[in-house]
Amino acid sequence: MIKTEELTRKFGDFIAVDHLNLQIVRGEIFGFLGANGAGKTTTIRMLCGLLMPSSGRIWVNNLDVAKEGEKVKKSIGYMSQRFSLYQDLKAKENLEFYAGVYATPRAEAWENTLPLLEQFGLKESLNMRTAELPMGYKQRLSLVCALVHNPPLVILDEPTSGVDPQARREFWQVINQLAFAGKTVLVSTHFMDEAEYCHRVIIMQAGKEVALGPPRELKQRFEVQNMQELFMKVAGGINAKLK
Amino acid sequence: MSIVKVEGLGISFGNLPALKEINLQVPAGGIYGIIGPDSAGKTTLLRTICTLLPYKEGKVEVLKLDALKDAAVIRAQIGYMPQRFSLYRDLSVEQNIRFSARLFGVNGKEYASTLERLYQFSKLQPFAGRQAGKLSGGMQQKLALSCALIHKPELLVLDEPTFGVDPVSRQDFWDILHALKAEGISIIVSTPYMDEAQQCDRISLLFKGKIIGSDTPAGILAGWKGHLYRLETDDPQRLYGYLKEDLRLGDLQLFGSDIHLGSEDALEDAVFEKWQKGCPALKSWQQIQPNMEDVFLKMMQ
Amino acid sequence: MPNLNRIRAIAGKEVYHILRDSRTLAIVILMPILQLIIFGYAMNMELQNVPLAISDLAHNHASRRIIQAFEQSGYFRIIPVAVEDFVPEELFRQRKAQATLSIPRDCGEERTQMLLKVDASDPNTAQLIQNYALGILGGGAKSGLLDLRPFILYNPDLKSSFFFVPGLIAMILVMICALLTSISISREKEMGTMEQILVSPVSALEILLGKVIPYILLGLLDAFLILGVGMLLFKVPFAGSFVVFLGFSFLYVLCALCLGLLVSTIAKTQQAAMMMALGITLLPTLLLSGYLFPIPSMPAVLQKITLIIPARYYLVIIRGIMLKGNSVAELYQAGLSLIVMTIVMLIVAVKRFKLRLI
Repeated sequence: MIKTEELTRKFGDFIAVDHLNLQIVRGEIFGFLGANGAGKTTTIRMLCGLLMPSSGRIWVNNLDVAKEGEKVKKSIGYMSQRFSLYQDLKAKENLEFYAGVYATPRAEAWENTLPLLEQFGLKESLNMRTAELPMGYKQRLSLVCALVHNPPLVILDEPTSGVDPQARREFWQVINQLAFAGKTVLVSTHFMDEAEYCHRVIIMQAGKEVALGPPRELKQRFEVQNMQELFMKVAGGINAKLK
Repeated sequence: MSIVKVEGLGISFGNLPALKEINLQVPAGGIYGIIGPDSAGKTTLLRTICTLLPYKEGKVEVLKLDALKDAAVIRAQIGYMPQRFSLYRDLSVEQNIRFSARLFGVNGKEYASTLERLYQFSKLQPFAGRQAGKLSGGMQQKLALSCALIHKPELLVLDEPTFGVDPVSRQDFWDILHALKAEGISIIVSTPYMDEAQQCDRISLLFKGKIIGSDTPAGILAGWKGHLYRLETDDPQRLYGYLKEDLRLGDLQLFGSDIHLGSEDALEDAVFEKWQKGCPALKSWQQIQPNMEDVFLKMMQ
Repeated sequence: MPNLNRIRAIAGKEVYHILRDSRTLAIVILMPILQLIIFGYAMNMELQNVPLAISDLAHNHASRRIIQAFEQSGYFRIIPVAVEDFVPEELFRQRKAQATLSIPRDCGEERTQMLLKVDASDPNTAQLIQNYALGILGGGAKSGLLDLRPFILYNPDLKSSFFFVPGLIAMILVMICALLTSISISREKEMGTMEQILVSPVSALEILLGKVIPYILLGLLDAFLILGVGMLLFKVPFAGSFVVFLGFSFLYVLCALCLGLLVSTIAKTQQAAMMMALGITLLPTLLLSGYLFPIPSMPAVLQKITLIIPARYYLVIIRGIMLKGNSVAELYQAGLSLIVMTIVMLIVAVKRFKLRLI
């Protein structure tokens, strides 16, 4: 579904992403782990065409992102860490707006989102102003907005910051269902324990891959109890080198 | 002796209640954690303790002084590190520290000696001339901590000091806090990371403006009544469907290719074996210890 | 090809923003009215009771006539000054008088030379004083000293509103339109919603067009609002046709909105956008459009610069329509200039508008 080859992005002298090679398959929940500034968001932004790589290539759905950006964009649903909703619009108007931006006919957009809206308990809140929705609901609405055009690839950039543990767990439940339905899900997070929800994770530090694999396998390989310890073990070395 | 005592504190912003009926006793000389998700009221609580917010309901005593009447006296004796980075990005590390020192009237020899101690802690000396905005997240936090410590406060209040900082720097930061505690400083720290609870001597779990539990971390974990199992499978979708649809089990959570199952009663192997016959995707099972998040979720309900 | 659905989605959403944001709406509607009223009364060019000191050495029939004429005009107030104190510079310095008139002994004879001195520390006022004084003196001369009706070439009150209402329409329109679009785009950058739009297949042109369309209506609403209030409060004439006014105002509004788009491709924050939009519209329109100062009297370099000020063309158009009743035939050149500027700015904005972050 996604393949990157020596993907690199520099900002001046700063190397945000350093020769990253990834392969992500259909139906997978793939997690990007790392601190702020480790290169997660930069990588994700390059994958959905918001940033040009300095060098290296990306294929999404066998399409070269550099050449067929338009087509690639249509196959991606993107939800950013800031829940990009218009606060002064009603929930329904936000949905209709994003349907319009993706040029998805309204009927089709409703078809795509209605089951999710019901599952999320958002259907009753459709006529509420987005600003009035509780944080957890905004997060869900944001996800639904990213899915109006029924994209095969869903990219979530720190989707769970700022929501309570209950909402977080419910959110992951839905992510799993998306994966069950055959969608590929990319998630970035700085909550280390969230890695456990993913099928595979990459741990990034200073733009580089420091570990990649299924959480359980990684824990076994590095002989640690949890992702926190794993991170300490694999990223500690690099940190020491930077100092 | 408690260094902070909060009784029946309630705060509202307009019609929105931010804190309800907060009771808190922070013993002197330890690390006290306020743990809860965003918008639980952590920042409001800490700001009230730092005398930054007025309140109408309840009583707040800091260092045996009233937070409303003796704000000036209290402020001189506590160090506060606000949420996120609140220093001057265009000033150098040392300029930031000196500015804080002047605000608190720390001068001359006293300043020099405290600065040296702070540099020992923070290892920021090599970066003394660097602009604060150009430091890494972890270093910024250490700088902010240094600024909060320049006047040698008795009580240190830290609002989400480790938010967004990488786990390695986070552990560094906690090591510093433990060292400060060894020097006799009392620390109140808030965090949204459940796993950091273990670093504290005592914690309060805060949710929707209410304290839903206060104890030692071990005490909180011991309060969990129930059993948690991890089921391993090669086909989580099928197993999840089986447990949810066929068996109508409620307390299920997918974790990658594992499923966590909560149960009030202990489950015998025989139960799992029966399920395995119904759904061969179930490969193995084992009882696991709940973590702070599991407990938090239980207490929320 | 721009996709109509997408443009409609963006424009529709923008309409919601406009309708829900009562503060901006209030600014858009109240600001022009307020400005019109403030300008209207502050920029009143009519002078009254200017302190005038007169030294009358003739003391004859003719000189008394002249003094009487000044008194009756209402523009001047004669202040009594003893002969020995009549030192114009001193009177100006002490702010006792703003003008002095010396009438020589030979007043009433052929080719009398009188000396008018005016305190020109405020050149505009000085100019007016001079004009009034000459009007009175000239009128006096023409009327053969018998009929001393002050003859003024224009009605100062009417003249100032003739002058400022069209200029104000030009200024407020460009300011508000540039502000609206630049802020609405930079706000989305700040909020992070732009990021969400950019990951969709929407193109720069679609975003920009979607942003501009709703504000065209708002801009035209403003144009008619100022015109209406101007006609009502200040009795500004309107000689031309409303349809022509609408058509050309549409071009001007579009041009100003595109200017705002251009600003938004440079400014990263709402604040920067606001400063920039005000900076490039307010003063240049006030000073370089021919609104306050006539273009032909500017230095050659400044005259060249006025060529890229949209208000310059709109002023020609709107003064032509309102005062002279011009129609399209006389105005198409200025209109073409606006169209060219609009197209150039739109192209540059689309090119500059980054479909990526950073």
